Amino acid sequence: MSLKIRFEQISKRFGPVEVLHEVSFGVAPGRIYGLLGENGAGKSTLMKILAGYEQASAGQLWVDDHAQTFTGPRQAEANGIVLIHQEFNLAEHLSIAQNIFLGHEIKRHGLLDDRAMHAATRHYLDQVGLSADPATPVRRLIVAEKQLVEIAKALSRNARLLIMDEPTATLTPGETERLFTLMRKLRADGVTLLYISHKLDEVERITDEIVVMRDGRFVTRAPTASVTRQQMANLMVGRDVSELFPPRLPPATDAPEVFAVNHLKVPGWMQDLSFSVRAGEILGFAGLVGAGRTEAFEAIIGLRARSGGDFAINGQPVRLNNPRAAMRHGLTYLSEDRKGKGLHVDLGLRQNLTLMTLERYAHPLLDVAAETAALTRAVHDFGIRTGDINSKARMLSGGNQQKLALAKFLHPDPKVVVLDEPTRGVDVGAKRDIYFLIQALAQQGRAVIVISSELLELIGLCHRVAVLRGGQLQTTLDADQLTEEALIGYATGTH
Amino acid sequence: MPLAPTETPRASLRWLGKLHAVGPLLGLLVLCVAGTLLNSDFATFDNMMNVLTRTAFIGIIAVGMTFVIMSGGIDLSVGSMAALIAGSMILLMNKLGTGTLAAHPVAVVGLGITLALVLGAVFGAIHGLLITRGRIEPFIVTLGTLGIFRAVLTWLADGGALTLENTLTDVYSPVYYGAVLGVPIPVWIFVLVALLGALLLNRTAFGRHVQAIGSNEQVARYAAIRVDLVKTLTHALLGLCVGIATLLYVPRLGSATPTTGLLWELEAIAAVVVGGTALKGGEGRVFGTVIGAILLSVISNILNLTSIISVYLNAAVQGGVIIVVAFLQRSRR
Repeated sequence: MSLKIRFEQISKRFGPVEVLHEVSFGVAPGRIYGLLGENGAGKSTLMKILAGYEQASAGQLWVDDHAQTFTGPRQAEANGIVLIHQEFNLAEHLSIAQNIFLGHEIKRHGLLDDRAMHAATRHYLDQVGLSADPATPVRRLIVAEKQLVEIAKALSRNARLLIMDEPTATLTPGETERLFTLMRKLRADGVTLLYISHKLDEVERITDEIVVMRDGRFVTRAPTASVTRQQMANLMVGRDVSELFPPRLPPATDAPEVFAVNHLKVPGWMQDLSFSVRAGEILGFAGLVGAGRTEAFEAIIGLRARSGGDFAINGQPVRLNNPRAAMRHGLTYLSEDRKGKGLHVDLGLRQNLTLMTLERYAHPLLDVAAETAALTRAVHDFGIRTGDINSKARMLSGGNQQKLALAKFLHPDPKVVVLDEPTRGVDVGAKRDIYFLIQALAQQGRAVIVISSELLELIGLCHRVAVLRGGQLQTTLDADQLTEEALIGYATGTH
Repeated sequence: MPLAPTETPRASLRWLGKLHAVGPLLGLLVLCVAGTLLNSDFATFDNMMNVLTRTAFIGIIAVGMTFVIMSGGIDLSVGSMAALIAGSMILLMNKLGTGTLAAHPVAVVGLGITLALVLGAVFGAIHGLLITRGRIEPFIVTLGTLGIFRAVLTWLADGGALTLENTLTDVYSPVYYGAVLGVPIPVWIFVLVALLGALLLNRTAFGRHVQAIGSNEQVARYAAIRVDLVKTLTHALLGLCVGIATLLYVPRLGSATPTTGLLWELEAIAAVVVGGTALKGGEGRVFGTVIGAILLSVISNILNLTSIISVYLNAAVQGGVIIVVAFLQRSRR
């Protein structure tokens, strides 16, 4: 009932960009592996190749000593390999049983046999410890329950190797504990688990061995017990983490307060949030997924309904009813969702850069030469690496797209800039560039707000960090109080 | 990690992009050559002006439709809207022409024309508000008004025709039948609308915003673009174009009936799509739309002039062309 996997010289290219370079390692059955690496390290791509969602450009995958090339997830599933996605692959309107048997329905005389499917579903739900009626529509379940349904679905397909991509990102500590118990039980049954997570404390607790990847390459593997958390972080980043960040330059002691939020209330997300940020200051926002960080700032710029809150910029009360009003008052917000909310990937670099400030270039006809000059400047100032200045934004790598997005949201010359997950999905080099850019913004006297799920980033970059949990501000930590333990403690409510 | 893309694929991509831009034009040229070979009357100046004059109505509407489709919307009601505007114009002009302003037929026609433009813009703005403020799909909103506009016209005409008074027809008819420098007035106006439309789409902030919204509405919203305002304006602009098309159409027959403007919406959408504008928005050209509209009417002109295919199959040939064009463009993304 268990499965041995070996990657041999696996490479993967997307167009001109190689995201995996000759990755080789093997995993033994019945163990829990922590797959570590920063965003963009290639973990997810490698796992998608293993689960049949992507095909390797070169190299060979060995399953139980047989060469395998999966052309689709169904084929991987037939071999007992199932990937549980970060965003679940469940049809919200179908019931638990319908989801579990989707594409594998049990039939009698050509018609669906609901009774048999419900009975079997109950059996799998028992295994994962979820006591719900198989007829319950999935949309009525909470996130943790949906995850259990995903695992039950995997078990129904006789999974012998489960890949879990950030399974605890949206779970409470209690739910995480129950998931870990289930994972240990599955391991005892001989199932292999590949566990991807950025939460090093969880990796330390649940995994038997870690495999580290960086920039598309296999770096090292080691028994979990033999490495400290600090060593894990250094291995992921590839250098001493402290080199990644610019020296912390505190704002002047008499720096004025640039932006103040008082008693912000966002229905369903934020009960009462007040904070302020000074010129030259980098204020971080920490919290788990669902803590309401993104939602709070979307409400501040008027993209989400709010039921209360006053704002002041440079001491003057301002009304921020829509993104345009916010921009006029000197506040811009770069979303965490680069392709969905940050950049027009199908438009050119120039069109992206000047989109927020077109009136500057319209007299009333657009001055394309001036736009191009602005782009040339931005490419230089932000270190955007592009072969062709006329290409579409989608041709850039993740890091360069992010630099273009930063350039776009700084083009209106804001006094306050909010950066939501500014280094998500970029490689280490671009990450360092972005950290130095953020520091430069603060040095120019802007107030900078950084929302991030990467604790090291907040610790290395920010002057202060506000920690949110369940729609409430838990605490605001000063630079000298910033530790992973403290941030996790406040973010999970276990401080 | 990011390697510089090699030159070759990019060069070929740009070449392909250019092919897509000139594709409709090439198709039109091929059709014109075929038409000339099939019938010697095809390539005459008179026939070309005839084709362009007939294209003007759909072409002008299609220019407006390009903006709506570029922004990710659609308008199914333009044919019915044209009918209702035509009927309203005729009613107003007849009323004024037989009443207080009987001595000033030119003023009456002027007021009728003004009404057409205002009604078009207002109808379009109402669409825009229902779509943005009311948060209803453009397809649904304009499917509703498609029925409403035509039913109101039918009711106003009592199921029959609304006909313009003879004295007014005499004053008004040059707007359709007249020519400047040998080129019919509708063709001049079509050219003017197309040029202004191209300028607006390619060289103004409004045009850029339209494209940004169609490419990805969320990104546009986060980039502080007034998405609701821009979308409403695209619909008002289309309504204005319908008004212009209608004011050219009314002097042609001098009447409005329940079948006036029937299926214009589909012809206009077809012209936009044949011209290379993506139906899901974000990418398109006014120039392509103009070519698309001309191409479709050249097809029916050739069928009229030759006897290879029955003229009754006109819509079938146009339908085939639309599908072939869509097939050729499918590789674009």
